[in-house]
Amino acid sequence: MLRFILGKLVFMVVSLFLLITATFMLMNAIPGSPLQSEKAPNPAVQKNLEAYYGLDKPLIVQYGKYLANLAKGDMGISMKKKFQSVDKMIKQSFGPSLRLGISAIITSVLVGCILGILAAMYHRKFIDNLAMILAVIGLAIPSIVLAPIMQYFLGTKLRWFEVAGLNGPMDYVLPTIALASGPIAFIARLLRSTMIEVLNADFIKTAKSKGLSGYVIVVKHALRNSMLPVVTYLGYLTAGIITGSVVVEKIFAIPGIGKHFVTSVIDRDYPLIMGITIFYAVILMLSRFLADVAYVLVDPRMRAGGKVAK
Amino acid sequence: MSDFNLNIPSTERSDKLSPEMFEKLERDEVRVDEVGRKSLTAWQDIRQRLVSNKLAMFGFWIIVAMVLLAIFAPIFWPFDHFTNDLENKNMPPDATHWFGTDDLGRDMFERVWKGAQVSLFVGIVAALIDLIIGIIYGGIMGYFGGKVDEVMNRFSEILAAIPYLLIVILLLVVMEPSITTIIVAMSITGWINMAWIVRGQIMQLKNQEYALASKSLGAGAMRIIFRHLIPNAMGPILVTLTLTIPNAIFTEAFLSFLGLGVQSPVASWGTMIDDGAGAMMSGYTWRLFFPALFLSLTIFAFNVFGDGLRDAFDPKLKK
Repeated sequence: MLRFILGKLVFMVVSLFLLITATFMLMNAIPGSPLQSEKAPNPAVQKNLEAYYGLDKPLIVQYGKYLANLAKGDMGISMKKKFQSVDKMIKQSFGPSLRLGISAIITSVLVGCILGILAAMYHRKFIDNLAMILAVIGLAIPSIVLAPIMQYFLGTKLRWFEVAGLNGPMDYVLPTIALASGPIAFIARLLRSTMIEVLNADFIKTAKSKGLSGYVIVVKHALRNSMLPVVTYLGYLTAGIITGSVVVEKIFAIPGIGKHFVTSVIDRDYPLIMGITIFYAVILMLSRFLADVAYVLVDPRMRAGGKVAK
Repeated sequence: MSDFNLNIPSTERSDKLSPEMFEKLERDEVRVDEVGRKSLTAWQDIRQRLVSNKLAMFGFWIIVAMVLLAIFAPIFWPFDHFTNDLENKNMPPDATHWFGTDDLGRDMFERVWKGAQVSLFVGIVAALIDLIIGIIYGGIMGYFGGKVDEVMNRFSEILAAIPYLLIVILLLVVMEPSITTIIVAMSITGWINMAWIVRGQIMQLKNQEYALASKSLGAGAMRIIFRHLIPNAMGPILVTLTLTIPNAIFTEAFLSFLGLGVQSPVASWGTMIDDGAGAMMSGYTWRLFFPALFLSLTIFAFNVFGDGLRDAFDPKLKK
């Protein structure tokens, strides 16, 4: 178990290091510099600016300096946003993104599991069909379509929700639905198929013949044994939510990291792009790591110290 | 349990067997060894199962219709996708402009099908690139095993640990945004999933007798992998291929929506949805409706067809 966790950690650090290096090289391979502008500055000024940002040093020195600063949590200074420091910008915009992300993850898992359980319990009945039709629709309608439609009908037409911003608890409803609809569908289908298999297993028949109620059988026996694929999916869910948040934050004008990311790419604000890339990578790798650990905790076979089967 | 009910009323049930309970048959009338079901090859069997799946076939015909419309509609339609006509801007759908016009007076019907060309092209080409790299890489990993597998698998795992979106966006920063850039960016990590599927299949198949027979006849590794093993692993490969296409289509739309993908005046469902979302607030609902409808419909069709294909290849679901 300890070996398994250590192995995963080493792996994570190597991947992260590769990503940082690749990002750094990519950003430096781009022709042109963010310091260039239409009116050609005085060469002396240009030189001073380059010296200020350390751009006159050899690449390897810049790289070493970047890594050293990164270790201290210093990600450099944004080149477009009034020269703010990148780590400060990330810290300030992380709040809304985190709250929205957590609300979307909780909604996805709760609603997805409930739909999946109902569909499996009433396999081939009306509820099953209804849940699966909902799931297919949820998978087919991407957030870039769902979000503007909800915004228009529920926001502009019916005026039930605010169209933009993230000020009160009600403002979380639409962005959360937009983020969670795909994952809900995915979890529902995943849980349904494993649960149908588990419900046909011998130990469920034993539980039934012991006279246990349907509720106890489903929640205590079947659900625990069907959760493994869902737990594995949780690591990927975070990736999906982050990807989705980039779009959803743009549509609902939420001042989060996703919005900064898009603007930084369009502005070619390299330190900000690198900072957010590394930040996202750390969060994604951590969440996959936590999902792996949770997998070990949920699966009793793993606790004995076995190897994870892929 | 009700499943075990015999079809004999309980009053008549008795331990004794009476002659009336049996029907006497001549020996010739029953051919015990006759195969009741028509003998089918594996592919016929799969096709039959696929065709009997109504939802999957529905998806299949939507895909066919989309491809045909994307190819032919722009040829026969009188308008083109880039000419501005400012006198007829934001016109609702009518007999001349079936899907209305956008804020530059460009015909939406033409733009929707031009966008379909982009989406389908990106989806299919990206999936094919994944297929080629995945089969070669996965085939080698799975066939040679041991150290080769260890090293190649580690490499693919490290690459896979780097989030997809980050790589795509980083590359779009470095290269000019275009259809080619999007496809290249998606292919950098896109093939890994396919390679893993192929690897698993090959590992199962390589110890079969026919592979051994080919080896003992002196066939080289490449011949065994590509002539004997890959054709036998076609099922999971096809399913993965079909399910890769909607993901690629979605990614293109997503990037274009963010303004990082295909640039105007080239039509893309993603950019049209982005424009349409703003136009909707002014009441021009058709500008969001049509690209959104066809994007969702395409993703839906590929997903249900891929699911049907998976079920058709799964012998456990045989009736």
